Amino acid sequence: MRLHWLLLQLKSPRPYLMMVGFIMFFGMWYLTVEVWQLPRFREMPGITKVFQEWTSPNPVFGLSLYTEEYYKHIWVSTWRVIQAFFLATLIGVPIGLFLGWSPRFRQYIFPIFEMLRPIPVLAWVPLAIVMFIATESSVIFLTFLASFFATTLNTMLGAESIDESFPRAAYCLGANKRQVFWHVIVPGAMPYIFTGLQISIGVAWFSLVAAEIVAGQFGLGYVINTSYTMVSYPTIVIGMITLGIVGYTTSALVRILGERLMQWRERERAIGGSR
Amino acid sequence: MSTVAAQRVVGGPQNASRGAIRIEDVVKIYDSDGSAVMAVDHCSIDIKAGEICMIVGPSGCGKTTLLNAIAGFHDITSGRILLDDEVLCGPGKPKAEPGPDRVVVFQNGGLFPWKTNLENVTFGLLMQGKMSKASVTEKALSMMADAGLTGVEQNYPGEVSSGMRRRIEIVRALMTDPKVLLLDEPYRALDSLTKSVMHEALLEIYYKNKVTIFFITHDLEEAIFLGHRVAVMTSRPCRPKKFLDIDIPHPRDYSVLTSKRFRELLEETGEAVHEEALKAFATGEKEG
Amino acid sequence: MVTSQKAMSDLGFGIGASRENKGLKMRSRRRNILGMAFGRGIAAIFLFLMIWEIGAQSKVWIKWETFEWLRNLLPALGLKPNYLPWIGAVPAPTEVVAAWAQLLGNLSYWKSWYLSFLRVMAGFLAAMIIGIPFGLLLAVNRIAYGINFPVFEMLRPIPPLAWVPAAIIFWPTQELSIAFVTFLGAFYTIVINVLGGARSIDVRFFQAARSMGSNSWDIFWRIILPGTMPSIVVGAVVGMGIAWEVVVAAEMISGGGSAIGDSAGGGLGFFIWNSYTGGSYERVVVGMISIGIAGYISSELLRALGARLMSWRRTR
Repeated sequence: MRLHWLLLQLKSPRPYLMMVGFIMFFGMWYLTVEVWQLPRFREMPGITKVFQEWTSPNPVFGLSLYTEEYYKHIWVSTWRVIQAFFLATLIGVPIGLFLGWSPRFRQYIFPIFEMLRPIPVLAWVPLAIVMFIATESSVIFLTFLASFFATTLNTMLGAESIDESFPRAAYCLGANKRQVFWHVIVPGAMPYIFTGLQISIGVAWFSLVAAEIVAGQFGLGYVINTSYTMVSYPTIVIGMITLGIVGYTTSALVRILGERLMQWRERERAIGGSR
Repeated sequence: MSTVAAQRVVGGPQNASRGAIRIEDVVKIYDSDGSAVMAVDHCSIDIKAGEICMIVGPSGCGKTTLLNAIAGFHDITSGRILLDDEVLCGPGKPKAEPGPDRVVVFQNGGLFPWKTNLENVTFGLLMQGKMSKASVTEKALSMMADAGLTGVEQNYPGEVSSGMRRRIEIVRALMTDPKVLLLDEPYRALDSLTKSVMHEALLEIYYKNKVTIFFITHDLEEAIFLGHRVAVMTSRPCRPKKFLDIDIPHPRDYSVLTSKRFRELLEETGEAVHEEALKAFATGEKEG
Repeated sequence: MVTSQKAMSDLGFGIGASRENKGLKMRSRRRNILGMAFGRGIAAIFLFLMIWEIGAQSKVWIKWETFEWLRNLLPALGLKPNYLPWIGAVPAPTEVVAAWAQLLGNLSYWKSWYLSFLRVMAGFLAAMIIGIPFGLLLAVNRIAYGINFPVFEMLRPIPPLAWVPAAIIFWPTQELSIAFVTFLGAFYTIVINVLGGARSIDVRFFQAARSMGSNSWDIFWRIILPGTMPSIVVGAVVGMGIAWEVVVAAEMISGGGSAIGDSAGGGLGFFIWNSYTGGSYERVVVGMISIGIAGYISSELLRALGARLMSWRRTR
């Protein structure tokens, strides 16, 4: 068995295998729920029911690709994530860069940061409700928190991971501290920052859903929760699928933005790597 | 790439007036993890202005520490380092300030991957702000052309060969008109064919610009080919074990490699270097 | 370090003379530096607590004569004149500490610790037990990868909490549904990390092993498994953090199971929610800090365990 050769081939799985996987997955869903009606499974919404509901112009439970409300919920959730994500990036990236760059700053700020970070975002819900009386702000605050910690931490790690030679070379050439920060640290940390941003937006969606379930009106999390309480089960799955799609899209957008901003990386990769 | 003609102006110690380095009794002790490690042990070296001084020694013996001390990246525990009679670091000032009078060319390459080659080369002077952008660019283009590097200005360092990257880095270093060029095994990662081309290129650049060169290497042939003087260092902690004046006249080209004098010098230093290499091998030193 | 000492004595260099009193000077300098860093952190934390205390107590001092200007200013900004915005609404550190001291003797408080830990462990261990082999399988077997990975990637963007209603419908007990959702959260992270780790094992290790005559099983146990260890540990630590997030969320959402007696019944998440609905905000903050500590302890234990298992990785 040519194990290591196999591993190298991991980069391109065959499309027909992918089809097999999907068929198996959806097939199992269909069979267990609707055909065999296995004990726990039969309560679940079946795949045909979900699909029908999703694509019907007149959905039984009120939400489908054709209803306006559907897109309203999507928009509400997405807009919340965008606001929180932008705030978190705006505040988190500079703080992260300073944490990685200035030992003094880190000595002051990092302990507080590390004290607050282990507290799960959802544990903040009651405080958020109490602090921000409007539910909209509290939901955005919670989403912001999660995103902020992820972004700041990754940015800090990025600033720390820059090869020592680069700032040293800059100093040699006559740059002062401020110039080294802007011309070396910031661009040098960019790849790590963008990896962090992709994680951060995933985390943002995670917290958003939780916050919406607990304390929101409108939004995909809210949809999922109320569909459950109102026993409109197919809508739950519609909500889940939609979340998946939107989450994936936003993450991809961040990644593409990163690739655009860091042309030098793409060109380097095209040549086949350096060093 | 032209070979050096005999009628070209000869660079060398007697023509330069600045860049003399004096390392006086320098000691460097690292104190990480609580156990002290002596990297440099009472090292004293006198480098004349405009001289190419090659520092040869086994891996991990502390040569880089010495270079870092001159450049201002590390502090020293005791002793002094002077540049043209000005104290860089010493008692009361254990760490020198890094500056454009002593520029380093790094082992793994110090070109900024996120800037184009031209942006890299113009970086130093633009940061110092003493010249206008137009004149800096002009100087950069002409120096790059001098070094045979036309056509790659708008590329990123990641897109050109490593040999070219080294040359660009040296040009970048020379842009700021430094007194000293500090090279830390810059050709270590290159194959020997590229290396010999690099050597000639470096010499050409040297003949055009009067700088003192402090060059760390573990390659004895490289040292004898390039240098005015070779200092053989002991394994850790390092101190100069043997000095050798290379009396092969500049300008030099690759024919020097097969000359009788070259072989003689190689024999003379070879034994000393080999001895230190064996010691380093026996103690299992990690490479610097 | 040991080799260097040996080298020094071998070559006859004495340490004593060269070090003189520089050694002492350096040692005290180092302790000083440690003190500075530590002191700064403490100072910042202290400042943070001070601001919190003063801000939270604003409901008290804002009523004093001297702050009438503030009471007039706030409504002009559209805020209530009862306390400073945002921070005035939260309980003060001193109140929190008092509530906590009270709770330390309360058995049900510790029971909620226990319950939350149990749930985190259940979901996390399930994720490790299923996730690591699954990830390794996908890494070594091209066919398994081709079939399973696309489905995996399709499901991954769906936040674990979105699965809660479905899990409640499906699983017979609440505990199982919480465990399932926790499992999902950690599972994705662990598999992704295992895959990444297995892929980045240098090809030359395989080539070396083959040239020495190893068969495929050997390669698996001696190269792939140890080589993936660092990524497994990273995945585990991150997954543990996610598990805590999910458990707390699930406890708050689905009611936390049996509420025995007062509010400190079904896990720390439930404790927080109940304290909130019961109006005792100090207990809410106590709960928050407790979970923070619990999560921190679990992550550090994992990290220490991981470091133990990977002692070969110690570099210079």
